Order: sequence, then C-alpha cells, then structure tokens
Amino acid sequence: METLSSMAAAIIIASIAIAGLLRGSDVFSAMADGAAEGLRTVARIFPPLVALLTAVYMLRASGAIDALTDLAAPLLSRLGIPAETTILMLLRPLSGSGALAAATELISAHGPDSVVGRTAAVMLGSTETTLYVLTVYFGAVGIKKTRWALPAAICADIAGFILAAQTVRWFWG
Amino acid sequence: MMSVVWVLMLTAAVLFGAASGNGAAVGAAALEGAGHAAEFCIEVGALICLWSGVMEVLKRSGMTQGLSRLLRPVLGKLFPRASHDSETMGALSANVAANLLGLGNAATPMGIKAASGMARLSPKGTASDELCLLVVINTASIQLLPTTIAAVRASNGAEAPFDILPAVWIASAGSVTAGILVAKLLAALFRRWKR
Repeated sequence: METLSSMAAAIIIASIAIAGLLRGSDVFSAMADGAAEGLRTVARIFPPLVALLTAVYMLRASGAIDALTDLAAPLLSRLGIPAETTILMLLRPLSGSGALAAATELISAHGPDSVVGRTAAVMLGSTETTLYVLTVYFGAVGIKKTRWALPAAICADIAGFILAAQTVRWFWG
Repeated sequence: MMSVVWVLMLTAAVLFGAASGNGAAVGAAALEGAGHAAEFCIEVGALICLWSGVMEVLKRSGMTQGLSRLLRPVLGKLFPRASHDSETMGALSANVAANLLGLGNAATPMGIKAASGMARLSPKGTASDELCLLVVINTASIQLLPTTIAAVRASNGAEAPFDILPAVWIASAGSVTAGILVAKLLAALFRRWKR
C-alpha cells in the first residue's frame, strides 16, 4: 500500500500513456499539446496569484491571520477543523487563485505532510470556487432568480470542509 | 467582486500591522508575495503542464466519452425532466465526466450547453430545480485526480504527493452528496411554500 501510494504518479502517467497507445492515438503529440495548454493555464493564473499572494503574505505578517485564527478556533475545534485553515475556507468560495494562494502558504509554512498542510490540500481538492461557478452558469443562460442554488452550494462547501478535516484526522491524525 | 476582497485583505493587513506594531514586517511582506508567485509558477507550473499533457492523452484516446456513457443512466435518475432530451443529457454527462477527470476547460462549455437546454424548460429568468442541481453539482468539486494540489504538495517536498487521494475522494463525495440532498430538500420546501 505504501509503495502503491508513493508510486501513484508514475503508475497513473504510465497507464494512461499505455492505454492511449493501445487505442491508437498519437500519445506523444497529445502530451505535448496538453502541456502547451497547461502553460497557458499557468500564464493565466500567474497575474492574480501575484496580487493574492502579496495580500496573503501581508495579512500573515500583520498578525491579522493569527487573530482571525484565534477568533475562529473555539467553533472550529468543535467541528474538528484546524483553525489555521480559516483564511482558506473564507477565500475558497470567492476566488480560485485566492484559495490556491492561501493553501500554498499553509502547505509551505506547516509542511505538506502535517495535519494542517494535508487538511488544506484536501479542502482545496474537494471544493470549488462556488461563486464563480454560479456567476458563469447563471450568467451564460440569463437566469436572474437563482432561488436556492447558492445556499445549497454553500452547504456542500461546508460539508466538504468538515469532511476534509475529519478524514485527514482519521487517516493521519 | 474580487476587487472588494483584495482591497479588504490589503486594508486589513495595513491597519492591523500598524496597530499591532508589525508595520515593518508588513512592509517587507508586501514585496515577498510576488517572488513566491514566481516560484509557484516555475515549480508547480511545470507540474501543471505535465498533468495537463497527461489529461490531454486521456481525452484524445476517447476515455471521456466512455466515462460519460457510464454516467448517463445515473444522471438520468437525478435529472428526470432533462432525461427526455438526449442532447441535454449528452452535454450533462460530458460535463460530469470532464469534471471527474479534472478537465476544467472542457467541463464548462458542456455544462453551459446542458444548462441552456434546461433553461429552455423553465420559466423565463428563473432557475428550475434541475438547473439549480446542475449548478450545485458543478460547485462541488468531484475531481478524481486533484493534480494541482498534488503538484503544490510535491514542490514542497511531500513524501507521497498523491497519498491524500482517498481523503479527497471521501470529502468530495460527501460534499456532492450533501449538495444534492440539500438541493432536493430545498426544492421540496420551495414547492410547498409556493402553494
């Protein structure tokens, strides 16, 4: 099991490549084209990331994040959520790059294999930029009355956060 | 929207820093973030390119279509009204399949196509139950391989960057389930309240 999880990346890449070749597709040019597309993604996230990482590092240095963490700690500890992730949970529904900035900062500050680092990673991986998705979809089809879509989506996010913290505690706590 | 969030973050940092005597640290930190963003783009960015390439291989070998065929009957149960329209159902299952594989760029156009099919069936300007459900499913991430976050972990020296996979699956499955349950519950409540 340990070998399997540390070899995960290699196994995934190799098996997708083999499956693609067996189905007769030109896997190497697909790989190269996809990587080029990835470069465009990186170019697109760099500018907002500059803005948001600047803000996150300023907030961290000012002590505001620590104050916020202390404020949220009593409620969050009852739910089993590490209070350090407060800023990540606040940014998550609002901004994809903001959440990425907050999670990256948490992972590098606490270490990727720490409980806080893992919780941040699982939170980021199991939720979406809710408000952005809502705006894009309803905007595209001209819906003004979104009825209960927002509360339901926020409930899904909260469930994701609690479950992220609980599963990390369960697996590695 | 983002402007407000960003300005709030900056203002809070400046005011809090000045009040708590951390002013100098805030000043230094203001020039620190950009460098970290560059580091991110070189280390994590290269891995984003790698995974984006691997996912393109997956897409071109027809695995998205295969997955979307598998999903269709399940989605038909969740979307009884849309299930009569095969074009909307096709777009919907392609949307969910692309989301599962982490193909964000492919998921959104398909999702919007499904949404416009559903919007045609609903009263003008108001979201129908099924349209709300579609959006809720799209706001709850259901990615099988969270490659970006694994890349962030790898660049910070994680021992096994993908060892969080089972935890991510449990948390996403729970979050989607909660979203669907709350959606169905609120749909029923709204119907009762209208009467």
